[in-house]
Amino acid sequence: MTRYWRLFKDSTLLYSFGRDKVAMASFSVLLLLVVLSFSSPLIAPFDPYDPAGIDIMDSDIPPSWQEEGDPRFTLGTDAQGRDMLSTMLYGTRISITIGLFAVLLQSVLGILLGLAAGYFGGRIDSFLMRLADIQLSFSTLMVAIVVLAVFQASFGTELYNDLAIFMLILVIGIAEWPQYARTVRASVLAEKKKEYVDAVRVIGLGSRRIMLRHILPNTLSPILVISTVQVANAIMSEAALSFLGLGMPVNKPSLGSLINSGFEYILSGSWWITAFPAIVLVILVLVINLLGDWLRDVLNPKLYKN
Amino acid sequence: MTDMSEPYSQATGELLKIRGLSKAFPLTKGFLEQLHFEGGRLVRRRESVKAINGVDLDVKRGEALCVVGESGCGKSTVARVVMGLLEPTAGSIQYDGERIDNLPPERLLPYRRKMQMIFQNPYASLNPRLTVKQTLEEPMRFHNPGIGNGELKDKVRDVMDSVGVDPSWRDRFPHEFSGGQRQRISIARALMVDPEFIVADEPISALDVSIQAQVLNLMMDAMEQRALTYMFITHDLSVVEHFGTRVAVMYLGSLCELAPTRTLFETPRHPYTKALISAIPKLTQGRPGHIKLIGEVPTPINLPAGCFFHNRCVYADDRCKVEKPVLHTVDGGCRVACHGVQEGRVD
Repeated sequence: MTRYWRLFKDSTLLYSFGRDKVAMASFSVLLLLVVLSFSSPLIAPFDPYDPAGIDIMDSDIPPSWQEEGDPRFTLGTDAQGRDMLSTMLYGTRISITIGLFAVLLQSVLGILLGLAAGYFGGRIDSFLMRLADIQLSFSTLMVAIVVLAVFQASFGTELYNDLAIFMLILVIGIAEWPQYARTVRASVLAEKKKEYVDAVRVIGLGSRRIMLRHILPNTLSPILVISTVQVANAIMSEAALSFLGLGMPVNKPSLGSLINSGFEYILSGSWWITAFPAIVLVILVLVINLLGDWLRDVLNPKLYKN
Repeated sequence: MTDMSEPYSQATGELLKIRGLSKAFPLTKGFLEQLHFEGGRLVRRRESVKAINGVDLDVKRGEALCVVGESGCGKSTVARVVMGLLEPTAGSIQYDGERIDNLPPERLLPYRRKMQMIFQNPYASLNPRLTVKQTLEEPMRFHNPGIGNGELKDKVRDVMDSVGVDPSWRDRFPHEFSGGQRQRISIARALMVDPEFIVADEPISALDVSIQAQVLNLMMDAMEQRALTYMFITHDLSVVEHFGTRVAVMYLGSLCELAPTRTLFETPRHPYTKALISAIPKLTQGRPGHIKLIGEVPTPINLPAGCFFHNRCVYADDRCKVEKPVLHTVDGGCRVACHGVQEGRVD
């Protein structure tokens, strides 16, 4: 392990990170958001999942610095009387969880199929890549809307509300695998021509071992780059679906469903219900994308910056 | 060299026998690409690059057979087909009397231990994500699943010692080494399974001249100590003179001359070999007697009829344009594929 730590410590990654202010700022903001949202049961002033702790009389209270504000609710309350700050903390946690697990599913699917397509070539490659083309010709949102709407209609809203988080992960994860498969396939095509692959073939290793132990580790940098962008995309997709009423249910809101639930009241003056979660969502997606940009520049050997 | 007159005999000295080996790489892969309009009709035509065309070659136990030829003549393809990295289009390969070109991967495993390969580019032939130790341990562990850690460690140390790489560097990654050191590690990887036959595909052409000699000497030492047999692919004739016991000269995917090294350099028979040998720079006064070949190497997609060399050969006559010459034995243990030599037209 010390060997890998040494390698990491000497790497250009860390060096460039220390010199890039944007990357450092983005990383700190992201870290702050992740830590705050995942410790929300400990630090949130209220538990928005507990119906007993919510009083409908507290609904629509503006942020505390406004005239009608209540010092108990720093960022005000929503239409049901939930504390916005606590609800947003819990919602950010849900959004990040969905983003991470959807990307995990995408990457596992995409990496395996991309490896197989690139390494074996020929008919397997043509078949998998045409499959990816077909998948890409439907937009993620369209697939998700159809699947989620059909599920909701056929199994009832109650079951849907229980399974919403898994369904979202599954749908976003499956709909986006071609992004990974294409990237991985392209790098595999470049790597498999190198002589070290011939060398292990001469040793007699099987294709599975060659793919997983020798080729995959050498295609990691593009995977890392698209992963960051894909996390941001998955969070956005989830927010969009929730905004359309197909995402997380009202009693377990994500950032997207919070924005949606506040949208009805925005014209009656309750701007805070939509605005605060929207700001958090924009910041979250922005810092992840900025980190992804930085990572892409660092891992691209053709882009040497001072 | 007497057994060379009987090429198909079961001579005990032959480790590797290549017979009629051909490899063609298809250019037109899809069905639609194969369709052409010709004279108003739709015809299906498949095009391919004929990299090697009917090569017969024997490698004898304990020798260093050098395969030489210019770029694109198919020498690397021969090496790759022999190692099973490419499937031959036609022909057979026998190792120690056993046909190996049509074996399934699991039955090929015992031969994987006996045959190893050293590659041209030391910057690409080592996995950049594995340490030297991991690279070296892999073949050993794979072929001896029950091996103990202590034994493996000793073996790695011994082999690293024998190729002149300090065993204390075993936890380093390839990028921490120079090209020559990497090639030594590459050789060490090939030696880990104690092979008896090594195919070296231009192992020194990517190295600095001062390092070339060191690596070449290392390979010669290994040959002596481990009783290795080499098939050495190169385009550097001075290396051949230093290293090879026999030389096979290739042109456009076929063999034109096969001779013991000294005989080949002193009395080249084939017109192409003559031109090749005369092109070696010499430190002599006056104008060197270069044989200048006219024209280009024909494309391996549409091979010429007859002798492949006839359009550039000063001795070519009508027979050369229609009939493809085969290898025949001439005195001194040489085998030459040339009508002119056979008929005594070439001096």
